Order: sequence, then C-alpha cells, then structure tokens
Amino acid sequence: MIAALILVPIIAAILSLIIRHDTLRRVIFVSAAFAHSVLTAIAWSRTPEPVLNGWLMLDAPGLLFLSITSVLFLAASFYAVGYLNSEKKQEKQDFEDGSIFTNTPEAIFIACLLAFLATMTLVTASQHLGLLWVAMEATTLATAPLIYFHRHNRSLEATWKYLLICSVGIALALLGNFFLAVAAAKAGNQDTKLLLSDLIQQGGTLNIPWLRAAFLFLLVGYGTKMGLAPLHTWLPDAHSESPSIVSALLSGALLNCAFLAILRSHQVLSAAGQSEFSSSLLIVFGLISIIWAAIFILGQTDYKRMLAYSSVEHMGILALGVGVSGAAAFGAMLHAVNHSLTKAMLFFVAGNILAVYKTKASKDVTGIISITPATGVLWLAGFVAIVGLPPFGLFISEFIIAKAMFEQHRVGIAIAYLAVLALIFISMSKIFLNMAQGKAPQNISAQTGSQTILNILPPAFLGVLTLIFGLYIPPFLNTALHAAAKAIGGF
Amino acid sequence: MNNSIDTIMILLVLMNLMLLGLSSLGTCIRVVAAQGIALGILPLVMHGGISDIRLTLFSAAIIGLKGIVFPWLLSRAMRDVSAQREVEPFIGYGKSVIIGPLALVVCMWLGSRLPLPLDIVSPMLVPVAFFTIMSGLFLIISRKKALSQVLGYIVLENGIFTFGMTLAEKQPLLVELGILLDVFVAVFVMGIVIFHINRELDHIDTDRLSSLRS
Repeated sequence: MIAALILVPIIAAILSLIIRHDTLRRVIFVSAAFAHSVLTAIAWSRTPEPVLNGWLMLDAPGLLFLSITSVLFLAASFYAVGYLNSEKKQEKQDFEDGSIFTNTPEAIFIACLLAFLATMTLVTASQHLGLLWVAMEATTLATAPLIYFHRHNRSLEATWKYLLICSVGIALALLGNFFLAVAAAKAGNQDTKLLLSDLIQQGGTLNIPWLRAAFLFLLVGYGTKMGLAPLHTWLPDAHSESPSIVSALLSGALLNCAFLAILRSHQVLSAAGQSEFSSSLLIVFGLISIIWAAIFILGQTDYKRMLAYSSVEHMGILALGVGVSGAAAFGAMLHAVNHSLTKAMLFFVAGNILAVYKTKASKDVTGIISITPATGVLWLAGFVAIVGLPPFGLFISEFIIAKAMFEQHRVGIAIAYLAVLALIFISMSKIFLNMAQGKAPQNISAQTGSQTILNILPPAFLGVLTLIFGLYIPPFLNTALHAAAKAIGGF
Repeated sequence: MNNSIDTIMILLVLMNLMLLGLSSLGTCIRVVAAQGIALGILPLVMHGGISDIRLTLFSAAIIGLKGIVFPWLLSRAMRDVSAQREVEPFIGYGKSVIIGPLALVVCMWLGSRLPLPLDIVSPMLVPVAFFTIMSGLFLIISRKKALSQVLGYIVLENGIFTFGMTLAEKQPLLVELGILLDVFVAVFVMGIVIFHINRELDHIDTDRLSSLRS
C-alpha cells in the first residue's frame, strides 16, 4: 500500500519521460494523480501495513500531511493540463525585459512533478529520520527544474538561490540527525536506528545537551525549507518566478512536508522531556516569521511575492501553534490543512491573472471582476479566506490558536499575533481589492480574458473545501486532527 | 591504527586551509577531490581494514564519487563555461588564511566542550569535522563564482560526513547510500544550473544574480 503510493508516481514519471505523445503523457499524469488520491483515501479507512521493518508507516500526522499533498496534487494536475495547453508555443517573449525564452520540455516538467509527488509521499511516510532526510533533500532536487520552467535569467537566479540555500540548510539538518544519533547512542551499544518510535520510547535516556544541539540544527535546517524567517530568503524568489502551479505545490505541499520534519524532531524532544526548549524555539521563530512577513507584505508591489510572504506568515503561525501547544496544536493542524487549500487556490488564480494581464505588478492589474468574473470572484474569495475572515477555515484555525494563547495566559504573544494579523489584513486588503475592482487597463479586453474550465474548476474546488471546513469539520477529519495534535504533544 | 586516523585528520585540516588560500579554481577542485579520497579511506582505517565487505563497498562508493565523479563533473563544468580560472573571493585570500586558523582554534575549543557519550576513536575527529563544516560554509558565503560555491557545499558535506564517521557502524547502509545519492544528484543538478547560468548570462558570478529583490 505505502509502496504503491510511492511507486505509482515514480512509474508514471518514468513513463512520461519515455512517451513522446503529449496527450497520452497528460492522461498518464492525471491518472497517476488520481490513483494517488484514491490510494490515500483508502489509507484513511484501512491503516496500511508498515513496510521495511516499520521504516515506512503512516501515523496520524503523516497521513494528514499526505492527504493534503494528494488533494493539492490532484487539483494541480487538472490545472496543469490547462496551463500546459496555453504554454504550448516554442518561444515566448518575456513580458518584463522583453527577451526571448523557451520552456523546459513538457516531458521533463511532468516527470519532475511526479517525482516531486513521490518524494513528498516518502517524506510523509518516513518513520526513520535518516530516510526522512534523504526524502527531504530529494524534494529539493525534484523541484529545482520545476522552478526553472521558464528559461530566463530571473527564474535561473531563483533556481540557483533555491538549490544552494535549501541544500545547505538541509545539510545542516543532516548534522542535526547525526547529533540525534549521538544523543541516542550509549557507550558500547552499537544499535542506534534513528527510528522515531525507538527514539520516543527511550526518550528519558537520551543525552540532553546533544539532543538540544540536534534540535537546533534540525530546526534551522528544515526551517530553511519550511520558510521560517529569517531563513526564508529563497522563498519569495522561487514562488514568484516559477509557474503558478509549481508555486501552489511549493507553498501548499512542500512547506508542510518540511514542517512535518520539524514536528518529528519536536516529538523526540517532547519524549525526552525537553518540550519546553523546543516549544520556546518554535514560538520565537514563529513570531519572527509573522512579523517579517507583515513588514514585507506592507507595500509589496508584486502580487505573487505577496502570496509568497503570506506563506512565510502562515508557516510562522504553524510554528507558533505547535509551540504554544495544548489546543493550539489542534489549531495548527487544522491551519496546515486550510492554509494549503487556500494558498494553492490563490496561486492558481494568480496564474490566471498573470495569463490575462501579463504582469506581476499589482498596480497594473485592475478590474479583474469586469474582465474575467470567475477569476475575480475566486480572487476575492481567496482574499477573504487567506486573511482569516469567516466563514472560511483559516478563521477557525487562527481563532483556536489565539484562544489557546489566552487560555495559557500568554497574553504578550497573543497580542503580538493578533496585531500582526490585523496589519497583514490591512495591507493585503489594499492590494487585493485594488486588483479586483476598478476599470481594466485599455489593452485588456474581455476577449483576452477568456479562460477555460481547467483554469477555474481546480481553484474553485479547493476554495469550496476550505469553505466547508470553515463551517463544519467532518468527524473523520476531526478525529484525525486530534490524533495528529496528540502525537505532537497537544490535544 | 590511531596514528593513521590522526594523519588523515591533519590532512583534512591542511586541505581546508589550502582551499581558503588558493586562487586557482582547477587546483581547488583537485584539493576537494583529494579530500574526498581521504574521507573514503577513513571508514576503512577506523573499522579495521578491508575485511568487511559492506564497509569496503561504502568506501569504494565514496572514493569513486568524491574522488573521481565530482572532480570530473566540476572540471567539465569549468571547461564548458570557460570560466576565468580564479575563485574571486569577496573576502581576500590573506584574510581568509588568517580566519582559517582562528576558526580551527574555536572548533578545538568547541570539540572539548561537547564530549561524546561514545567510545571515541580519535579525539581529533569532532573538532576536525566542525572545522571542515565551517570551512565549507565560509567558502559558500565568501566566494563569487557559482562553481566555488558548489565546492564549498561539497566541503560542508565532507565535514558532516566526517562527523557521521563517529557513528559509522550505527547507520544503516540504505540511509548512507541515500545520502550519497542525494549529494551526487545535488552536485549534478548544480552543475547543470551553472551551465545554464553561463549560457543565459555569460558569467557565473553569483553576486551579479541580483535582479530579484525584496
């Protein structure tokens, strides 16, 4: 079962490299995404058997993050078909500096997307921290060609930054893993497996100084990938330069996977009775992230970069939620789900806007509603959702986290958190509303704004999901979220 | 046996210091290759000769990858992009060479402060690993050329690997090979990106990759 989850995308990736026929390749791509989500759905009803002596197993947090990834990927696969149709032309003119560029061949693009799915699945299923590291680094390598889809110098710069910063970050996480192995090793004992369940079981006997050092390195390493400020520097560039479908997957799925890796280390620290140490670090990084994001969203002129900084903000909220723990851990899990759905939706819509207006400068985009009503409505709905207004899911999760802060008498943190959220709300509403309303520029007509159902349906689907979670959390999801929160020390 | 381990450790330190002071990109690549080979021998001398097949294979993989494949890839990248054969530092060679020994002292002190709860093979292992990691990080941040940054990444990885050697036998083979594979693909992909940077922009100076701001 778990093997199938990983092998299906890998086989599809190999097939898509071999096949020369575009339509057939796309059919394989979408069916692989579909098969993956069906397998994930089955995993909900019947817990899959552990594989490789328990190295690969889907526990509550793993299954939750796998499901997010799978749903996003399914939506993205449909969106990708529409996107690739419109990107068919061999050579295109760059709308920023006018140079001519080509795209990465479609076969490589699709193969990398599928490899990306496989590596993310491996991350969510890994119970062995070494294997988790291998999978995490593999996600970096699978996504680098995706960011460089439009072969021009800005995307190249973004790819280089991404590759180097994340590789170095993840190398530090490897050092953290070794430190963890040292913490678990005892003189004469030759058997340290870095298996999560083993580490949690022998929590009390771990060597504390090495364990703390290990967590620092793991947090900094995976935090780089997750986009916690001030380690996030690759993130806005990669998100703004890559195609919107890739940005959606990076923001919605990949950052969560890195977050899961940090959660795993947090689990070990909690088992060793050091949860106070790891929680306070998570809170500090969380606060820095949301404040940093707020500063850069304020006065942001590029709407894709604005969405990227909003991801930094929400990753900060996740870290904060886990750090505060208690009921906030549940809030953080719910927040991860809602943020992924909303952010992927917004990036899809941003891709539609980019296709019509051919600019990423938010001041040059006006009157989306009058040009393409469907995209405009989705853009506004996405705005309401992302700033955490009811009735969308992010409102519930942000509210739960804030409530938990007050319950634990962490008033200072709560006030900072709410104030920053309010500031982000104000700066974002200015950007979003200006773009949606008003008169469209002269050269944009309703003709150029025509969009296919494949551009509209995937973001609408994700938007409806997060709307549903804002109004009603289904019992099965509620149980899963509580189980995941319990695993990381909350309830 | 301890003697040979210490010899390798001293070699690693010397190679790090050389990398900080060298200006020729080609020589840097060769030094990093030599460092890779020294690291490949390390597990053998640490765990007693070539009797263990698993260990021998692992050593061979490291030597093959770090001693032969990486240098070959990087020299090819250097030739393809016909880069100026200088590393072009932000921080001058003189300063780098002074910073090196200072960092070494700090690492020695750090190593003495963090006692390993294991039977240590050589007391030099941990400080040398830290020093190699620091050298790698320094190379990444202080050099302009994309190619030297890749070299820095490899040195960083070498340092982490040296540290991992303290628990060599305790890591499962699958993970070790996975790590090696990842590093290999990382260097490979970086090589491709360097090639594209050069073709697109006619230079591989990363300080000129600066059109993306705030």
